[in-house]
Amino acid sequence: MYNQTEIIKDTTDLGPDGELVINMGPQHPATHGVLHLVVTLNGETIKKIEPHLGYIHRSIEKMCERLSYRQFIYVTSRMDYLSSHINNTACALLIEKGMQIEVPERAKVVRTILNELTRIASHELWIGAMAMDLGAFTPFFYAFREREMITDIMEDTCGARLTMNYIVPGGLMYDIHPNFQTKVKAFVKQFKEKVTEYEDLVTGNIIFQSRTKGVGVLTAEDAISYGCSGPVARASGVSCDMRKIAPYDAYDRVEFDEVIETAGDSFARYIVRVKEMNQSIRIIEQLIDNIPEGEFVGKTKNVLKLNKGEFYQRVETARGEFGVFIVSEGGTTPYRIKFRSPGFSNLSVLNHIAKGSKIGDLMATMGTLDLVIPDIDR
Amino acid sequence: MTNEAIKEYITQHAPDATYDETGEWLNIVVESNQLKPLAAVLHGQPMQMDFLFCLTCVDYTTHLTMVYHFTATKDRSMNIVIKTNLDRANPIIETLCDIWRTAEFHEREVFEMFGVTFLHHPDLRNLILEEETAIAVDEKKEGGDEKKGYWPLRKDFEDPINMIKL
Repeated sequence: MYNQTEIIKDTTDLGPDGELVINMGPQHPATHGVLHLVVTLNGETIKKIEPHLGYIHRSIEKMCERLSYRQFIYVTSRMDYLSSHINNTACALLIEKGMQIEVPERAKVVRTILNELTRIASHELWIGAMAMDLGAFTPFFYAFREREMITDIMEDTCGARLTMNYIVPGGLMYDIHPNFQTKVKAFVKQFKEKVTEYEDLVTGNIIFQSRTKGVGVLTAEDAISYGCSGPVARASGVSCDMRKIAPYDAYDRVEFDEVIETAGDSFARYIVRVKEMNQSIRIIEQLIDNIPEGEFVGKTKNVLKLNKGEFYQRVETARGEFGVFIVSEGGTTPYRIKFRSPGFSNLSVLNHIAKGSKIGDLMATMGTLDLVIPDIDR
Repeated sequence: MTNEAIKEYITQHAPDATYDETGEWLNIVVESNQLKPLAAVLHGQPMQMDFLFCLTCVDYTTHLTMVYHFTATKDRSMNIVIKTNLDRANPIIETLCDIWRTAEFHEREVFEMFGVTFLHHPDLRNLILEEETAIAVDEKKEGGDEKKGYWPLRKDFEDPINMIKL
């Protein structure tokens, strides 16, 4: 892994065509995690990008083989830490599907609201960080102002701000906080007032537009071939929203639009995420006044045993299609577990779309792919 | 296409394929040498299975099983699973990189975690684990220690330092 990455000390020692190899990361402010890119440059033009992964590899799949079906959900919060509610939902849904557990309506609705709040929080963080990569510092504070309200709601609900572990097989770990509805409504009201500020600050900004438009163009065919999903694929005109294709929890009873852009460049990926936040608000508004009364968790056995067989569950996280594949031998632990993380496939397209562009544009391309490194390394 | 129509269509191209409909999706088990021709058939008309959303391997201690999940972006309700069994001592299979580009990274992951060799893969190296471990394995192979390879997701993998047994 390291032999190609020695620092070039003598600048006259260049490659055959005057190529220069530089390391971006594993410690780099724009990779937002320990991603290591080995970039081959000719002048300022990118010839090749080679991602080196594994700096935060914890072998979660192997670890899960020794954990029970109640325990392994906690580990999934540590993968895509910005979508932990959604990861937990995927695992809970899979076990409910495998064991035919009835989930109460209250739990389904609360899960959907929390998933959408998580999606907004993730996109908020992304907008702030991405604008900061391109040199605009102010949007970060604006985005974090609203994100702080969401993390406060999460803290009231389950005590954690990032790794929630609130969703369990059968429903929720405990009931929602009495102030939940009031606080979510206050957040929705503030978000709708303030979202125009992002539009003024970032979307309409001529510097931002000229740095992202036409940069890192991904065609629809390539997006499909590289297995891209989520906002990355939707910005290239590929319909891939799991909430529409295979609705889970309460998504079958709410109205929302799947945001699709066709340009495929970095700006389109930005637009998709901003519009997606508004759709999430729309979903929350439809559900927040209609949380049914009743139980918050269904009846489950103390020790969960999945029937012999193979199970697959897909959900839509903030980054795309997240899949859990479990092979069960009928015991209390999974025989084999595979997490299909959206970031892993989205990263594989980076070399293809950044090749031939300037190194300064790599920030925009990489930023709009929205990579979360623990999700890629697992 | 319904499951029956898919089965009929696939039987024309791979007569030895066996089917399993007990799960959520249609499972097709083929011989490892038939995988590549069948994959090309699936990717073309009329099925257009152009989205490979999951590629992984399972170690059953007697053999390895490659598992491929396909869907069509034109009709996302159509999902099929293709499986093929490999010899555990010498697992070799054709790559699917040239049809689905996403297979490149996923196959590299399976290569380092399970020790499956993918023929005609453009860049078969370790992706997540360190390169040094692969070198150590090669040296051991020449020395005649056939059992050991550094493949963490195989069931007989032992690592007394980093693994805690419960």
